[in-house]
Amino acid sequence: MSTTAPRTHFFSTGLRRALSSRIAATLAYPHGVDRYVEHFAPTFSLNEVRAVVTAIRYQTDDSVTMTLRPNGNWQGFRAGQYVRLTVEINGVRRTRCYSPANSVHATDGLIELTAKAHAGGFVSKHLQQDLQVGTTVGLSQAEGSFALPETRPSRVLLISGGSGITPVMAMLRTLCDEGHAGQITFLHYSNAAKDQIYAAELAEIAAKHSNVQLLRGYVEADQGGELSGLFGRAHLNDAVPDYAEAQTFLCGPPGMMKAVQQLWADEGIAGRLHLEHFSAAPVVIDSANAEGEVRFTRSERLAKNNGGSLLDQAEAAGLKPESGCRMGICHACTCRKTAGRVRDTRTGEISDAGESDIQICISVPVGTVTLDL
Amino acid sequence: MTAITKNTFSSLTPAQFAAIGNEFDAIRNRMRADLGERDAKYIRTMIKRQRQFEVAGRVMMMIPPVWPAGVAALSVSKILDNMEIGHNVMHGQYDWMGDPSLNSKNFEWDSADTSKNWKITHNYEHHTYTNVLNKDHDIGYGLLRMSTDQKWEPRFLANLPLTVLLHTFFQHFVAVQNLKLEEVMIYKTKTPAQLKEEFKPVWKKMRKQLAKDYVLFPLLAGPMAPMVFAGNVLANLARNVWACAVIFNGHFPEDVEQFPESVIENETRGQWYVRQLLGSANFSGGKLMHIMSGNLSFQIEHHLFPDIPAHRYAEIAPEVRAICDKHGLPYKTGSFASQTLSTWKRIAKLSLPSGKSGKVSPRMANEKAATPMALAA
Ligand SMILES: Cc1cc2nc3c(=O)[nH]c(=O)nc-3n(C[C@H](O)[C@H](O)[C@H](O)COP(=O)(O)OP(=O)(O)OC[C@H]3O[C@@H](n4cnc5c(N)ncnc54)[C@H](O)[C@@H]3O)c2cc1C
Ligand code: FES
Repeated sequence: MSTTAPRTHFFSTGLRRALSSRIAATLAYPHGVDRYVEHFAPTFSLNEVRAVVTAIRYQTDDSVTMTLRPNGNWQGFRAGQYVRLTVEINGVRRTRCYSPANSVHATDGLIELTAKAHAGGFVSKHLQQDLQVGTTVGLSQAEGSFALPETRPSRVLLISGGSGITPVMAMLRTLCDEGHAGQITFLHYSNAAKDQIYAAELAEIAAKHSNVQLLRGYVEADQGGELSGLFGRAHLNDAVPDYAEAQTFLCGPPGMMKAVQQLWADEGIAGRLHLEHFSAAPVVIDSANAEGEVRFTRSERLAKNNGGSLLDQAEAAGLKPESGCRMGICHACTCRKTAGRVRDTRTGEISDAGESDIQICISVPVGTVTLDL
Repeated sequence: MTAITKNTFSSLTPAQFAAIGNEFDAIRNRMRADLGERDAKYIRTMIKRQRQFEVAGRVMMMIPPVWPAGVAALSVSKILDNMEIGHNVMHGQYDWMGDPSLNSKNFEWDSADTSKNWKITHNYEHHTYTNVLNKDHDIGYGLLRMSTDQKWEPRFLANLPLTVLLHTFFQHFVAVQNLKLEEVMIYKTKTPAQLKEEFKPVWKKMRKQLAKDYVLFPLLAGPMAPMVFAGNVLANLARNVWACAVIFNGHFPEDVEQFPESVIENETRGQWYVRQLLGSANFSGGKLMHIMSGNLSFQIEHHLFPDIPAHRYAEIAPEVRAICDKHGLPYKTGSFASQTLSTWKRIAKLSLPSGKSGKVSPRMANEKAATPMALAA
């Protein structure tokens, strides 16, 4: 931050106070102050977290690393947590989760996200191919219980695979910034050296901090890692014999996570394993057969999907959602779907699995669906 | 094309209804699939313009030499806010964007009416039961006699002056529309206590609107307070008269049809489309006219596709017209002036008892529906 910071700060808090006053609210009624100010300052908001993309770099062929400057509403995060990032693609807002990879002690106030561009991935491909510096994006506050505990464990084992490196990278960087005295082992798996994100940073950290042990495992041969092949007990026995004493933080592809979880469970040390899943098991779309369940989060109810419209199913579950025409005209029944896919009964179109608003009178669940109702 | 036979609601066969339904569905699906960046840009630009007009208007009103320009700018702002933005956003035309500020659930407009009540009377009742007597409260707003099938009562002698009153205080009439005042005052089917409860949220919204336009902004203007007050009265009036005129032109020109309640029993999608078509009328005009009327100048397209962004109606109109021609159905349109004249003629005629008034017998429902009712008078 530069020397002008105190003055700007004084000015901006004064302005902020004025804008959040009741008078400002009445003058801007019914649209609200944000809806006027955002035309000059797109990242400004009285309550919402928004951020501007300040830098973009490409560590590997199939990833993108974005630096974001959040507005003043951002309350920071605990190393390991994630944020919900909202970007607009062809006029439609899409929300996906990403885990900041930076240290929580970074003094520049920036957030660093790295996304792996999945081949058929709608948002991750967009981030990699089309995102521009200067774009305003939406953020949630940090969420999730996968995080370094407030009292740092002395022995830490971080295990990650592929893009699952991001939350544990935040943990490693945070611990190093704190001058953590205990032993830290960073065990990371990727397909090949050229696909590994944060490769240079990891090497640098390991060289600088004698308590950091870096173990890189590559699936492909001759990649120069400390380990080779997929995760297995042998890797632990050879390189991390004291793994049972450590607090272990794990994030990676489903197969790898299952293998680690199994081993920890077999040894009865599952209590020392903390994990984060990036993706749920893929849904098989079979619109003919009703499968899965409908979860109504606000009213905390659960119903077996019977293949009917979500409005009918909600009513059958004893809820009273708003409705009107029941034929897709009036939008009275619009409600937030937080997860799962639905089929539009008029067009047969199947939605994506992310968060979006749907008209429940013309939406039939395809597999398990979660509604904010 | 083969020779066109004239069709009416009752002369169409089930197969024809189904065909019409499919043809309109095809347009709708194609439009929905095509929504994207262009529509997002359009509505955001419209909102930006509205904000610019609003801020400029409110500032100019405080500066005597440009006061008239200020009134004009604020009038434009309020019209844009209510019509091209508010009406359309609250229809859910932009829900697909997933932007909370453009979502029909959250949007509030610069009008005395609460968005919640409006969505019930307008989106649900009016759009589902368009021009169905006793179901669509927009037929006369419980105040006017708009059809020969509404039994004549002496109070309807005031049809014309009441219409003037409705135009003048339109936002407040609309605000209390959902309260159905006539049920308390005339038909006694609702108790005053019920009414009082229902009025609470409406009054809350009205109060805020009044505080903003008639207390806070005048106070902010210091010595110019009376001029700002007067300017805001005029801007609200301009919006009221314009909005009311646009809406009346959409459903009340003399050749627009009304339907008995029986039509909606087991109504098919095709029949629903045809009822929307026969119960609406367009008016012609340039691009500016369309924007200022929230594209309700394409009332027919709006009723067929209420949740397709309205700026697209102009593109769809030729196709809708072609479908009408193909099936021998009328596509009612005229100039703004002629549609207005026709509407006022209907209101004037219906203020007097007419020989043919009375109930629609259920058995005759279909035939009756096919006759433009006002002309039958
Ligand atoms: C708590 C949490 C934190 C996350 N943090 C990160 C992060 O830091 N970096 C990051 O890159 N991603 C992270 N993700 C995953 C991210 O949210 C998206 O799921 C991912 O970017 C894919 O989104 P998409 O829109 O590109 O793919 P979609 O269009 O949603 O999916 C398209 C295809 O990609 C496949 N796919 C989707 N997600 C994955 C996945 N994770 N692995 C393999 N295949 C997948 C689907 O099966 C589908 O076939 C996190 C997820 C969660 C739940
Ligand atoms: S109830 Fe009218 S759109 Fe769903």
